[in-house]
Amino acid sequence: MEEPKVIMEKQRFGLTIDRLCHQLVESHPSFSNTCIIGIQERGAIFSDRIRERIGILYPGLDFLYGKIDISFYRDDFRIRTKPLKVASTEIHFLVEEMNVILIDDVLYTGRTVHSAMAALMDFGRPASIQYMALVDRRFNRHLPVQADFKGITVDAVDEAYVKVEWKHLNGEDRILLYSAKTDHI
Amino acid sequence: MSTSMLSTRHLIGIKDITSDDIELIFQTSDNFKEVLKRPIKKVPSLRDVTIANLFFENSTRTRISFELAEKRLSADVINFSASSSSVKKGETLLDTVNNILSMKVDMVVMRHPAPGAHHFLAQHIDANIINAGDGTHEHPTQALLDCYSIRERLGRVEGKKVLIIGDVKHSRVALSNIFALNKLGAQVKLCGPPTLIPRFIEELGVEVEYDLKKALKWCDVANVLRIQLERQDIRYIPSLREYTMFYGINKKLLQSLNKDIVIMHPGPINRGVEISGDVADSGQSIILQQVENGVAIRMAILYLLAGKRK
Repeated sequence: MEEPKVIMEKQRFGLTIDRLCHQLVESHPSFSNTCIIGIQERGAIFSDRIRERIGILYPGLDFLYGKIDISFYRDDFRIRTKPLKVASTEIHFLVEEMNVILIDDVLYTGRTVHSAMAALMDFGRPASIQYMALVDRRFNRHLPVQADFKGITVDAVDEAYVKVEWKHLNGEDRILLYSAKTDHI
Repeated sequence: MSTSMLSTRHLIGIKDITSDDIELIFQTSDNFKEVLKRPIKKVPSLRDVTIANLFFENSTRTRISFELAEKRLSADVINFSASSSSVKKGETLLDTVNNILSMKVDMVVMRHPAPGAHHFLAQHIDANIINAGDGTHEHPTQALLDCYSIRERLGRVEGKKVLIIGDVKHSRVALSNIFALNKLGAQVKLCGPPTLIPRFIEELGVEVEYDLKKALKWCDVANVLRIQLERQDIRYIPSLREYTMFYGINKKLLQSLNKDIVIMHPGPINRGVEISGDVADSGQSIILQQVENGVAIRMAILYLLAGKRK
């Protein structure tokens, strides 16, 4: 198996997460009409961490939080070779007239966030949607979308695979770059 | 989740699917139940899929439930009922279906009076086929929604004691339920007049008890079947009144058990025959939850099968 390149190690990873938390609070000081929604499943791991860190950095700052699964909204459902694994959607509030911050781990083709926005509209008409991605693979877009908040920008060829690893799941917080995606990753 | 794909591309009978398939359908139904609680109860998953609902036999609940499930998934839907079609003019099943398929239909939901009609069709056409009832053979979606409703009420199906009461002989619901409950690890007992319990049914891994009260004392769940008057070309029971006296479920009988059992019925109910009105409307009855769950179960089946093209 190929040795991946570490493009972000744990110390910088922690700093980046904290920077993103500060940026969120900077643009939404009171969070009075703002909610955070993570995209299942890997985006929700990231949004869980953001939520946890905001709780530590800004004690007492309260906001609505949810997770959205986009399996039923994917445009490639019938052309995929591998089946989709459906996760749960946990949004126990209406997003009508709210500022929504959608969170995913890697922004790649843009199709996931496109589907997530379509899914979100079924919970009401938000006042605005902003998008946060930990990794932005800027040269691989299929759709014209950009992240409002991003951790790191990665320039990689289409075949490459970027994986975000988490301390509680993989032993260490870090971001890896593989030259190709295989079943072992 | 043990698997994320069904082992089959048709749902013809519970007999042909695995317990992993059933578990996957249940987990996907949980997701669709959440969708059905949203302000907008619709997802675009099947927007490029056309589904034909072919009903060669009467149906209200199943047809509406399938149609609603299909529309909630954004599929295009064609409805066909035998009473108003060329079947009356002598067209064969295969010709009827091929004519409909030539209009580029991806999935077929069919109810047919002949047991095995779906199996025959699956050998001849490319579309995914879902059995909405074939004669006295199987009614898989009903069995799945019944087991799902038990799981929802009691937490799990495994180890539960389920009693099926009534006209087992003519009931496709009973046969599919027996297969599904066995696969999920429940214990199954049948109860009804000896004329309406098929001989050698024990070979399917079920027990038979003719004394209703004894059977009710044993069970956690009682699934009460409808007396199918339309399928009784000869008289299997002396009278409906006598059936009600020996096998009808009423409040007094349930109170005498000194325990709360869950009451189910696949509908349509013959009130005052196999089940009294006060039992059907009581808190022990989950009849309306069964109907509600039917939409989520059918959405899950359509969704999972639509991802499996030939």
